[in-house]
Amino acid sequence: MSDENRTPRKKQDFEETLGRSDTNVASFAPKQRTFLQSAQHLLHGNPTMVPVIVLIMSIIIFGALAGPKFFSPFNLSLILQQVSVIGILAAAQSLVILTAGIDLSVGAIMVLISVIMGQLAVSLGVPSPLAVLIGFGCGALAGGMNGFLVTRIKLPPFIVTLGSWNIFFALNLWLSGAQSIRSQTLDEVAPLLKFFGESIAIGGARVTYGSILMLAIFAVLWFLLNHTAWGRHVYALGDDKESAELSGIRTNRTLISVYILAGLVCAIGGWASIGRVGSVSPQSFQEANLQSITAVVIGGISLFGGRGSIAGPLIGALIVGVFNSGLRMVGVDVLWQLFAIGWLTIIAVAIDQWIRKVSS
Amino acid sequence: MKKALLGATLGALALSIATIAPHQAKADEIGACLITKTDINPFFVKMKEGATAASLAMNIDLSTYAGKIDGDHETQVQAVESCIASGAKGILITASDTKAIVPVLKKARDAGILVIALDTPLEPIDAADATFATDNFKAGQLIGEWAKAKLGDKAADAKIAMLDLTPSAPSVDVLRDQGFLDGFGVDIKDKNKIGDEDDKRIVGHDVTNGNEEGGRKAMENLLQRDSGINVVYTINEPAAAGAYEALKAFNMEKGVLIVSVDGGCPGVLNVKDGVIGATSQQYPVDMAYKGIEAIRAWADNGTKPENTKGLNFYDTGVNLVTDSPAEGVPSIGVDEGMSRCWG
Repeated sequence: MSDENRTPRKKQDFEETLGRSDTNVASFAPKQRTFLQSAQHLLHGNPTMVPVIVLIMSIIIFGALAGPKFFSPFNLSLILQQVSVIGILAAAQSLVILTAGIDLSVGAIMVLISVIMGQLAVSLGVPSPLAVLIGFGCGALAGGMNGFLVTRIKLPPFIVTLGSWNIFFALNLWLSGAQSIRSQTLDEVAPLLKFFGESIAIGGARVTYGSILMLAIFAVLWFLLNHTAWGRHVYALGDDKESAELSGIRTNRTLISVYILAGLVCAIGGWASIGRVGSVSPQSFQEANLQSITAVVIGGISLFGGRGSIAGPLIGALIVGVFNSGLRMVGVDVLWQLFAIGWLTIIAVAIDQWIRKVSS
Repeated sequence: MKKALLGATLGALALSIATIAPHQAKADEIGACLITKTDINPFFVKMKEGATAASLAMNIDLSTYAGKIDGDHETQVQAVESCIASGAKGILITASDTKAIVPVLKKARDAGILVIALDTPLEPIDAADATFATDNFKAGQLIGEWAKAKLGDKAADAKIAMLDLTPSAPSVDVLRDQGFLDGFGVDIKDKNKIGDEDDKRIVGHDVTNGNEEGGRKAMENLLQRDSGINVVYTINEPAAAGAYEALKAFNMEKGVLIVSVDGGCPGVLNVKDGVIGATSQQYPVDMAYKGIEAIRAWADNGTKPENTKGLNFYDTGVNLVTDSPAEGVPSIGVDEGMSRCWG
């Protein structure tokens, strides 16, 4: 077939204009994103970005205000030391919050376990390693009780842990008689309990075992949440419990394991707190539960569950530490430190809400 | 195990209901209430023991109440209201909020109840019929004078860390802080205000919440401001123990004088071990015992307790406890302190 044999045909009218029509394949209208919207999308994909940016900025700002002393390795390692106990609690808290729950009893469990370890080792003469192990067991049991009430009796986590907070606190007072066990007594009888107060010097920095423990706990939880089926299940059930169930996840079993693990992490925190404080102090850390929630929220984990990285609360705890240290060095009164942390929390939640809107 | 836990919880509940149940009133039995800041602090635990012992001896039906944490004002208001409703003859109270509690206590006094402030004076102090307390300003002065005498000539260029209680600075916080500075020879300006001094020797103030963890953190923070600190005032002995841990971590525990107030048994032991240089000991059991006595007297013949001469409250006494007495500052030894310690 050659073109020469063909007689040129007169083009019809519609063909005349055909060439001018749109040749694109059907597609959605392109959406012009503003800078804010792109930022919103970016943050939606990387929820930990906000706290990281805030942490870096606050370090820079306080460094500028408070001078080189703030930047000294010693001060930075001190901040790490000061947040270690709250950081560990925040790790436990994150697990529960990822399941769309909340645990008001983390601080009470932690202090109770430190008292149990101390009383066993000092008053009853139980060998320290055994006292620590029993403490771990009690922590898991305390968490398990919360989990049992949430999953089997179907009570809301807020109510369950509000109650168990008081129960654990009362047990703490009963066991300790509201009396501290002195540092000197621990040195004599059970130095192992103060293990996490030991430190290693790296240059000018003084890193306590407690700080390292906190980082290790976050690393282990990060692995569990991101690289195991269990971790996927935790996220899934926090995002939408019913669909998780429909897709074959045994949600109650997963949920109870979350509470047990949280209790165990609190117990480890209890051991670390003895090292940090130097004594077994039933009166310390009374606001630790709220501080742990603050760290989690500032760290960008959604209170609605199922979203956020476990690295967030670590950053969140560090932000609070940097703020406290920086504001103190600048010479700001304690009440204004509370004021600042309060706003930080509210802003963090507001940003979280804003980021969530991206999907709608 | 879970069931056992549940069982134990239910048991505890039943027990607490049983204790609330009304007793059979005896002939001249009267009601009285003890309202403390918390049940956490051994100081108040001891106070409760003193009051309970006195009540048994004097045929008084004692109801005890405590806030959940220091600063829990609402619970105390509810407690006062319950006492009025129960027809008690007297209230002993350590107020968490010394100003805000005044109106509800006025209602109690209007109802013919004798109100005695224990340990913590109300604001104004005459909002109570009587105040049985440690002279906290004097307690502060004693440790201030002791620290000054110990340092000798070096007191002139001391570097002082002030470890206070809470941001809200209740009166006991102010009195001890200002008493210490006064005893040390600092011009305290307004006696009712912490932190208005401009003496260069003061490195700074920080709050401890009166526990070890807070004491350690506050000490670390002040050391970051000035690592030359050599005198540490602490609001109480748990805070002092925390401060010592911080100093130890900075390898500074040797050259620093720590002083404190309270006289609890672990605190006195810490004086013995050289953790705390000296502490002012107070006597909560006496406070509570005398308070109950006063309520009995009020119910029997309408007499009100009188103040210590020269003071606007009844001073239940304070002693400086140290094994290293300083000239011109009266003190008792650790052994005597141990025999009279509380908690």
